[in-house]
Amino acid sequence: MSATFLGLPPFPEAAREAVGDSQTRHNLHKATHTIRGKRDAVVGELGDDWQRLRSAGEQVKTHTLRHLDHYLEQLEESVRRAGGTVHWAADAAEANEIVTRLVRETGEQEVVKVKSMATQEIELNNALEAAGITAYETDLAELIVQLGEDLPSHILVPAIHLARSQIREIFLDQMSEWGVPAPPGLTDDPKALAEAARVHLRELFLRAKVAVSGANFAVADSGTLVVLESEGNGRMCLTLPETLISVVGIEKIVPTWSDLEVFMQLLPRSSTGERMNPYTSTWTGVTPGDGPQNFHLVLLDNGRTDVLADTVGRQALRCIRCSACLNICPVYERTGGHAYGSVYPGPIGAILTPQLQGMSSEADRTLPYASSLCGACYDVCPVAIDIPEVLVHLREQVASSPGHLGEKAVMAGADAVFGSPKALDAVQRAAGLAGGNVPRHLPGMAGKWTDTRDVPDVPGESFRRWWNEREEER
Amino acid sequence: MRIALFITCVNDTLFPDTGRAVVRLLERLGHEVVFPAEQTCCGQMHYNTGYRRPAAKLAVRFVKTFDNADAVVVPSASCAAMVRDNYPRLGATGSRLSRKMADLGPRVYDLTEFLVDVLKVTDVGAYFPHKVVYHPTCHGLRFLGLEDRPYQLLRAVRGLELLELPGATECCGFGGTFSVKNGDVSAAMGFDKARHVTGTGAEVLCAVDNSCLMHIGGTLSRQRSGIRIAHIAEILASTEKEYAHT
Repeated sequence: MSATFLGLPPFPEAAREAVGDSQTRHNLHKATHTIRGKRDAVVGELGDDWQRLRSAGEQVKTHTLRHLDHYLEQLEESVRRAGGTVHWAADAAEANEIVTRLVRETGEQEVVKVKSMATQEIELNNALEAAGITAYETDLAELIVQLGEDLPSHILVPAIHLARSQIREIFLDQMSEWGVPAPPGLTDDPKALAEAARVHLRELFLRAKVAVSGANFAVADSGTLVVLESEGNGRMCLTLPETLISVVGIEKIVPTWSDLEVFMQLLPRSSTGERMNPYTSTWTGVTPGDGPQNFHLVLLDNGRTDVLADTVGRQALRCIRCSACLNICPVYERTGGHAYGSVYPGPIGAILTPQLQGMSSEADRTLPYASSLCGACYDVCPVAIDIPEVLVHLREQVASSPGHLGEKAVMAGADAVFGSPKALDAVQRAAGLAGGNVPRHLPGMAGKWTDTRDVPDVPGESFRRWWNEREEER
Repeated sequence: MRIALFITCVNDTLFPDTGRAVVRLLERLGHEVVFPAEQTCCGQMHYNTGYRRPAAKLAVRFVKTFDNADAVVVPSASCAAMVRDNYPRLGATGSRLSRKMADLGPRVYDLTEFLVDVLKVTDVGAYFPHKVVYHPTCHGLRFLGLEDRPYQLLRAVRGLELLELPGATECCGFGGTFSVKNGDVSAAMGFDKARHVTGTGAEVLCAVDNSCLMHIGGTLSRQRSGIRIAHIAEILASTEKEYAHT
């Protein structure tokens, strides 16, 4: 059975493990800083144009989301007119049922997959496996994760937590279980690893009759779907099989073809740090004699309309899955993606996961707190999602839910102290009298501070006392 | 100019030297400082942790306390950002309170902003013969957009050698209640920041936020690094006269 995110520990607990893992910390530091550098260069070269592009991207997305009912119907009509079939899935279970049925109807037992966040979100591979259908991931990093029975830890680079030597081991151990084995003398040279993957995948591309994809964008007025990728493996899946099934979140719509010009700049520069991604595939329904002759679009809600109803939280639906917020995030850099317990890690995951699936579990309720609110994510977001604002908004929902009694007591105490200057003065005096006798190791939550940091001595006299004495002397 | 000082609860209680330095500095520059006694806390901790109602109560107190001030100076970028960015979100849209908060916001300044933008001074006549490194805190850097104002002020200090901090723009990991709710990640970030600071060979680490300095300083102290922390106000208030006495 493939790996699943279900039942992983709350963020602080998972993070404690992760920050102690020296190999992962090294891999993540190296990878995130490399991508950061590339992104900074290609964003910087645009000068003031970048902010204008960013603002245009934000506006297109905001407009589309405000009129989503209209654009969804337009997209459905456009895709049908172009020869495709449109299916509506309210949740993950329904989407998985639809895809499983569509694959069964072809009589095939296997599918090749284009890298897709939507199908990861609904854990489609597990559902297909349960129905006796094998799904082969063809994106290099997704292939590594799948072969290693691991979980993706990054939106763009799912195997970012692994080093080359670890990938070599996985290829040598696992490729033979799934198809063409890795060559015996495989080294960890990137070229050799890529060649092993190429040979392994080529057989699948030539054999597969059914492909499953997602889409980066869906153009409402033409019915065109768009996938941006680096390897060309996606294009193999999108062109060679007879049947193509695309699972697409309802927020992926842009109104017109010309809106793409904004996102074709924003996305590659923000994600891989390139001016332009190597492969951009677009398809509109079915073209007789060219490419898949059966095309199905599965439009996925899975919590999105609930997010749309939240006036603060809905901006998260503008996300184009570029990963710039992950790469810049000092928390993500130190914990990696698995700690977030979701296919969407990092800052965007911390606001998307709790909104899409609710915060019924303790693990989900820790996600909005998985940030120091440093604001770097908002700075780099190509569609200007104010992630800190949404984090605080979600924290308000957690704080107003039952539980957290210790924290509530602390907050109520602070509320009382700050409710009057007199109360504050009394506390300052008491603390000042204790002065240098503050223990080096504090109990309870405060122990989290003194475990690693010294506490400053409390001065004998507060500023306000000093000020009052000075005023009296005058 | 008559300047209202919002000291902040952290400075009031734990770092009164910073407050005294602000008063000394502004008075030396020829201005009158007042300290409205009703002030307590801006409510940032409550707000950032998700406790909106107590934060709103403290916002109301702040507005009442400083409503009539021409300028409010805050020796903390994060508290200044709380007032300017978040207070308008706390009142109901269009309410009298949110209008008052939006009206007061532009008159609230971080100390370095106030010196450079309002008083139009970068050389404040300070003397501080030490190797200093400056950590641009997140609220100063990304929320208030202080840009090079603190550097301009520090470069004009006589005797001061300003060193460059690698990875300067990265958060130190304090983050208010983040420092205990996610203590392990916070500490890991603090360690890396402290490592960068130590690597510069600086004697003093300064910033515009004592809360971040308390976190990095607490880490430096635990590591027995010998590097001390100082709010930028304390450096700017320091003069040759004081050095002559010591």
